Amino acid sequence: MQDLGRYRYVHLGISPNGAADRLAFRIANLLAGNEENAAALEMTFLGATLEFEEPAVVALVGGGTEGKLGSSSLPAGEAVAVPAGSTLECGTMRSGIRSYLAVQGGFDVRPVMGSASTNLGGQFGGIDGRKLKKGDVLRVRAQDGLRARRLRPGALDRFVAEGPIRVTEGSQYDWFGPEAVATFTSCSYQILEQSNRNGLRLRAEAIRPLKQSQLLTDGIPLGGVQVPEDGQPIVLLADQQTTGGYPKIATVISADMSRVGQLGPGDQVQFAVISMAEALQLLRAQEQRFKEIFLN
Amino acid sequence: MKIVRASDSSLLIVFGDEISIHLHHRVMAIFHALQSMNDVRIRNLHPGYASLLIDYDPLQMSYTELSSWLKAIENMPGFASGDQHGMIEVPVCYGGEFGPDLPDVASHTRMSPEEVVRIHSAETYVVYFIGFSPGFGYFGGLPPCLHTPRLATPRTSVPAGAVGIAGSQTGIYPISSAGGWRLIGRTPLRMFDPDASPPTRLQPGALVKFSSIDRQTYDEIAQRAS
Repeated sequence: MQDLGRYRYVHLGISPNGAADRLAFRIANLLAGNEENAAALEMTFLGATLEFEEPAVVALVGGGTEGKLGSSSLPAGEAVAVPAGSTLECGTMRSGIRSYLAVQGGFDVRPVMGSASTNLGGQFGGIDGRKLKKGDVLRVRAQDGLRARRLRPGALDRFVAEGPIRVTEGSQYDWFGPEAVATFTSCSYQILEQSNRNGLRLRAEAIRPLKQSQLLTDGIPLGGVQVPEDGQPIVLLADQQTTGGYPKIATVISADMSRVGQLGPGDQVQFAVISMAEALQLLRAQEQRFKEIFLN
Repeated sequence: MKIVRASDSSLLIVFGDEISIHLHHRVMAIFHALQSMNDVRIRNLHPGYASLLIDYDPLQMSYTELSSWLKAIENMPGFASGDQHGMIEVPVCYGGEFGPDLPDVASHTRMSPEEVVRIHSAETYVVYFIGFSPGFGYFGGLPPCLHTPRLATPRTSVPAGAVGIAGSQTGIYPISSAGGWRLIGRTPLRMFDPDASPPTRLQPGALVKFSSIDRQTYDEIAQRAS
């Protein structure tokens, strides 16, 4: 169970948590007629199968899932009315690893530190601070006055991006010489099995800083790419450790964090360094596109 | 003070490259100033030993605005004149089943276990910052005579409340996790409670003093805490 995360607690060692693909999460909620930050289900690799005791309006977005309601296919990119007693199968992801199921009204979750998001390490938030399992019963909040929304045709395609994941220079970029940077931006990194919401563990040719210095532990931004002693980068995600002692060569741009949220073990990833100005421009353009995708 | 753009939505202030109380006070001064401003555009603050990372909403606030403000405030007279945190006393039951590594620490430091406990609990420690996991404080001030290397093979599970030493660091595990620290005692206090306000007993900049308690007192406090 996630929402858009908890802020103002990182200085206490508490990660922001929240949806790994924020764009898909926000779209699912808005389609269902909720505000962006309503509690919704994040599903990884395999979609859930849910039995609805009461009627509901749902939206399933992200990961290229093909949901089924009873025996009919769920249309993609639309809010759907689910009758009482029916079974919704969210299906498997075909083009990404995460999908989001929003229900009109939002799931009824007790907020912890101002958020419905799950903190697995600290075992709090969401549903008892853990992954959901078979047999769990979820409640939905009131839907009075809420109305599903509709996307413009082709709206979701406007967020599909190809090519390398864009990054900006990290806090310790100057620790790394031109060779390391060249390797970092030309390698095709394999994403390893141990990857999870804490971070993506990558493997390719090792990169090393110019000199072996100890970094005084400092803060890690979301999407930070840290390089431990073995030279294999780790991209920090929503459940990240908030401080660390490994040098950071780069940070994923905000506009590409949702793309990263759809990458998992078995995928390959490449990086390209861009300027801060360009990173900000891409973010602004993305938010502008976001404002334009709904018909109502 | 050096300012680095750590990402398109964060800024890192670096005050120095060593662990010192003086640099810590500079970190805390800006940390507290930002906290008290309560600007909704500031998402998170990550204090470090000698640095502060500021996460902000780049669509509402520019790097220029934030960095200019930081430079102006740092130059104000009277700024960073020291820390005003209160002292937190943490009762610890040392040794026995709670301190499986106390004998090793004693033999490594060539002191008796009692002497280790006496020195460990006589010191006042500064919480430089909190990171790694909820409520995990990075303490400064462990006397060099107590420095002991961490375990070669970490334990897969260290209980919440465990107090340990690793190299030049000492601290408390707020929640159960894997860990390589040498465990010398345990506190019955809850160091992390997600529903409490604040959720952690420690705050960056806090002063901490351990006090030695016996098993009976430990059980009494643990009983009251639950």
